Amino acid sequence: MDKKKPKKVFVKGAIPPEKIATSIANHQSKTNIGAHSIFLGQIRADEIDGKKVSAIDYSAYEEMAENVFHEIREAAFSKFDMTCCHIYHSLGQVKIGEICLFVFTSSAHRKIAIEACNYLVEEIKAKVPIFGKEIFEDETHQWKVNK
Amino acid sequence: MKLTLRYFGMIAEATGRTEEILNVSDQIKLYDLKDQQIKKYKIQDPEAVQLVVNQDLNTSTVLKEGDEIAFLPPFAGG
Repeated sequence: MDKKKPKKVFVKGAIPPEKIATSIANHQSKTNIGAHSIFLGQIRADEIDGKKVSAIDYSAYEEMAENVFHEIREAAFSKFDMTCCHIYHSLGQVKIGEICLFVFTSSAHRKIAIEACNYLVEEIKAKVPIFGKEIFEDETHQWKVNK
Repeated sequence: MKLTLRYFGMIAEATGRTEEILNVSDQIKLYDLKDQQIKKYKIQDPEAVQLVVNQDLNTSTVLKEGDEIAFLPPFAGG
């Protein structure tokens, strides 16, 4: 049931730390879970040619991105014996130090939760049409490319 | 035939728009369309531009009336 329902991934602006705490609390009733793994992507204050990044403005081919997120999630469920899996990604401006990606996997045991979480993060970075404009303190910008 | 073109990220910045509808010859192939638009808008680093037809990455090069073609720059999620 949980794995078939397409879920909305995009969140406007930064992901608040409270959302992460609430997500954890929401799993306390699922007592077949023995391990959670969480990945949090945070905006780094990169310095490029002497200019410091102050924020990233995320945009996406939203309809396609939501579909790709769904496919990646389905693939992860068929590869790993997860109990549940949640993905949230920011759209719009996220300042340095704030959270832009939240991947949360749960399983009976730690190994599966950790491997599934790593798999999801790598797939998201490689396959989801999300674009990031790095905004510098002087309000100029450049486009980010995933390495 | 009519095609809807959508532009994202640095490509939208180069084209100055996020979407346009083009009337093109029925014989046009995907790579011809890519070349044509890249020249028209002087889009930098054309090898990094990925085209997706109707949200499908594994698309054929044959286009048909009403297709939506997205011009995608490199991905930067996460």
